[in-house]
Amino acid sequence: MNDFITRYSYGGDEFIFVEMSEDMNLEVNFQAMAITEKLKKKNIPGVLDICPSNASYMVRYNPDELAADDLINELKQLESSVENLDDVVINSRLVDVPVLFEDPWTHEAVMQFRDRHQDPESTDIEYAARINGYDSKEEFIEAITGSPFLVSMIGFVPGLPFCFQIVPREKQIEVPKYVRPRTFTPERCFGFGGGFSVVYPVQGAGGYQMFGISATPVFDKEQKLPDFQESMVFPRQGDIFRYRSVSREEYDAIREQVEAGTFEYRKKEFQFKPDDVLKDPDAFSQEVLRRLYND
Amino acid sequence: MIKVLKPGLQTTVQDDGRIGYYETGMPPSGALDQYSYGIANMLVGNDKGAACLEITMMGPELAFEKNSTIAITGATIPPKVNGEDVPMWETLEVKAGDVLSFDFVKKGARAYLAVAGGIDVPVIMDSRSTYTLCGIGGYEGRALAADDSLSIGSMKEKDVKIGTSVPEQYIPQFTNKHDIRIIIGLCSYRLTEESKQKFLDLEWTVTPEANRVGYRLKGERLDFVPREQPFGAGSNPSNVVDLGYPIGSIQIPDGVEPIALLNDAVTGGGYATVATIISTDLNRIAQAKTNEKIKFVSVTLEEALEARKETKQNLEEIRNLIHTN
Repeated sequence: MNDFITRYSYGGDEFIFVEMSEDMNLEVNFQAMAITEKLKKKNIPGVLDICPSNASYMVRYNPDELAADDLINELKQLESSVENLDDVVINSRLVDVPVLFEDPWTHEAVMQFRDRHQDPESTDIEYAARINGYDSKEEFIEAITGSPFLVSMIGFVPGLPFCFQIVPREKQIEVPKYVRPRTFTPERCFGFGGGFSVVYPVQGAGGYQMFGISATPVFDKEQKLPDFQESMVFPRQGDIFRYRSVSREEYDAIREQVEAGTFEYRKKEFQFKPDDVLKDPDAFSQEVLRRLYND
Repeated sequence: MIKVLKPGLQTTVQDDGRIGYYETGMPPSGALDQYSYGIANMLVGNDKGAACLEITMMGPELAFEKNSTIAITGATIPPKVNGEDVPMWETLEVKAGDVLSFDFVKKGARAYLAVAGGIDVPVIMDSRSTYTLCGIGGYEGRALAADDSLSIGSMKEKDVKIGTSVPEQYIPQFTNKHDIRIIIGLCSYRLTEESKQKFLDLEWTVTPEANRVGYRLKGERLDFVPREQPFGAGSNPSNVVDLGYPIGSIQIPDGVEPIALLNDAVTGGGYATVATIISTDLNRIAQAKTNEKIKFVSVTLEEALEARKETKQNLEEIRNLIHTN
């Protein structure tokens, strides 16, 4: 663990914001996940919303029922109880997410906003591949699809998964966000910003680099598809998503199933301990792929 | 039923908000000015949490198909029944066939129309509030349009005498300069000391981008403390590793034009947040209009809680006055 000292901050009179690290790393994400999980189980009266995020978390509370500093004391105790992650088990799902890279709809949006981009002469994926040291787009796509991602936070808009790739630090992809945010992003666009990939649940504003489009939704307000029976939102923090590159033919076939309301994600229930990931991310990723596609 | 003849600029169904789903990325929505909204419900004898119409800048024209008790609060937007002026902040009766319309907004930005029984739309995730970005809640997930028909619900808890009004001292005075109290914090360590001071000293101007999602403000550029950006944050000095945004939090993308996030805002993202508007003053910023001025006043948590208590007490006093009338 780094020597960062957690910052506890008042977000007005209804929120406590807790920043556990300024940089993103999996260990901190697991710790924040463990703290918020324990906090949920405590069912403290006056706690309204518990929002885990990447390297931080946030709690919304009712100050008429619960004093901010009592809550902070509680959170500090929880923090010290998870310094050692040995007894933490994460309930996860392994999920296959089919993505059509460089699809026509995203490409149109990419071209529409060249004036807001670092490198107006390249497309987003060409630029991202180059600055990450890849010789071709194909190799870059290979790197994205070769190892799965941990869903490290849900937010921005309903159902948007922030995903952090399970690879050693030196292999992690990092890209800047747009110089000025866009006013339009296609629904289901597969984007990348900072150290995170996302799937945009709905059409709207956005600032991440746009690489392709997911064939499948992460948000379904009609709750028509089997995976959305319990919630409009599919992703859960702790899930492991594998972004798989698909052809236009497969994309179209999946879209037909989605439209017909019959599509169901290829997924497996999965439990793991943070240490399984932290000690050898590559081995963990390969194990995950084997479980998802072979067992 | 209430028939929408003209929808106004943006009229939506709102209540006290969708609480408990923030972690899925679902913002609370709900009335931006909860104070005015709360009083509107009291004036018609509704349960707390009944749905009202939130009227923005330009009022709708509505035809009532049965006798109803109504009240209008919030921004000064002179209401008329069949073309005749009627008061705001007062319990009114309308008869079947009456048409309610509004004059141009004079002060403030948002008015609330409550109907005894509440506006009846399906409850989605514990709320009737409209969240237009995802088309959730309210009337078909959107702002009202001509020819919509609104049903009236059964959330009336008591009768209020027609003509009951709110004493002057409880009615907010909307001006074109707004002192908005904030608590500095969150990622404020990212701003230079000079910029932190500037943030408080400047008079900010509300830009045309001022809606239920948030208010974008114009002033001067603010600077962040230089650093080598941490892994995962992105390269701009205003970027942080994506985190949650409290409601009312203020972010400053690239150091220009701060954005104060409101009830329909994104729930998280990668911009450094530097302060949060206190809950009491969320009601007040919601009444600011384009080109009006905002000054941020830094307060402590204790002061914020004091203001909260005072507002709550006022609402309690108003409730007692109305219900013992």
